Amino acid sequence: MAGKPKLHYTNGRGKMESIRWLLAAAGVEFEEEFIEKKEDLEKLRNDGSLLFHQVPMVEIDGMKMVQTRAILSYIAGKYNLYGKDLKERAWIDMYVEGTTDLMGMITSLPFQPADTKEKNLALIIERATTRYFPVYEKALKDHGHDYLVGNKLSWADIHLLEAILMVEECKPDVLSAFPLLQAFKGRTSNIPTIKKFLQPGSQRKPPSDEKCIAIVRKIFHI
Amino acid sequence: DGFLLFQQVPMVEIDGMKMVQSRAIANYIAGKYNLYGKDLKERALIDMYVEGLFDLNELILTYDYQPADKKEQHLAAVVDKATNRYFPVFEKVLKDHGQDFLVGNQLSRADVQLLEILLMAEECKPDILAQFPLLQSFKARISNIPTIKKFLQPGSQRKSPPRQEDIPEIIKIFY
Repeated sequence: MAGKPKLHYTNGRGKMESIRWLLAAAGVEFEEEFIEKKEDLEKLRNDGSLLFHQVPMVEIDGMKMVQTRAILSYIAGKYNLYGKDLKERAWIDMYVEGTTDLMGMITSLPFQPADTKEKNLALIIERATTRYFPVYEKALKDHGHDYLVGNKLSWADIHLLEAILMVEECKPDVLSAFPLLQAFKGRTSNIPTIKKFLQPGSQRKPPSDEKCIAIVRKIFHI
Repeated sequence: DGFLLFQQVPMVEIDGMKMVQSRAIANYIAGKYNLYGKDLKERALIDMYVEGLFDLNELILTYDYQPADKKEQHLAAVVDKATNRYFPVFEKVLKDHGQDFLVGNQLSRADVQLLEILLMAEECKPDILAQFPLLQSFKARISNIPTIKKFLQPGSQRKSPPRQEDIPEIIKIFY
């Protein structure tokens, strides 16, 4: 069955956004079915479509795949964005886990108690600038290549760009001490498939607004 | 010393790399030792199962670190998720294909991870597998694989659950 992949999630970033990025960067067209109310999620569960009763779920190549990392790994492997051997995969995995941790801090921000928001935001910026960005800056500096691993575009590069843009939404000048990341951002944003995804009208989702958050809380009982 | 890429452990020195991030490390070992399926689709299944098991693992792991007044509620959540969300999935997988292993009729990291989780769950509630006959036989079968059997014996490098008195020290190191 070679139809387009079909994404099942709410109409927002959450855990599905990295999957949208990766498919878009790989030049793969995809469809989306949005969960707008609790009943939509219940229906998917009752149909037996959700292995662990959770979304994201992506219908792809005859499978109903769940678990964000499993889905991302499959797409990366299928579209040659996962390095050329085990060791390159190891580096890609390490880098991606770092950006996953960083982005996870940001996506959970709207769901923290209001009085912890400012403290958590400060922690995000601190982690970004002292723990995560220095690693990627150094990686690019050490080998001098355009891409993080194997001198070729991989999942790690796409994920890093997504993370950079997300942190910049929190603090626009956050890359000021990272010249190589700035250049990386400019370069990677210009890759045709990615450039297209970054334009208005693409399937890229905006940051969550209050209305979005309220809906998500209701559907998922957060 | 610059040994920890993101300033965190676990870190494993292996094949000239200082690997961090437990998933990355586990992926590498599984790939290297042929415990990751034979093709992309088998890997996809293995990844789905393993990620689900990681989620349950998180729940079980954090039980030891709950304050005393939250422990019972947490344990109930663990038992509920294990018996209603996760174990039925693996019981069904084994039932549907009738094979000894979860994926591709050969041992994979998914089987190893499942066994680990089953044993940890039993530490929380010894009869937690009562309604899952196939998981019970799975547990016995996989436990008997020579390398695993050896690991399950006293004196191996397998670690025990943290002792109550050690918890404050552990929290101090990491938080």
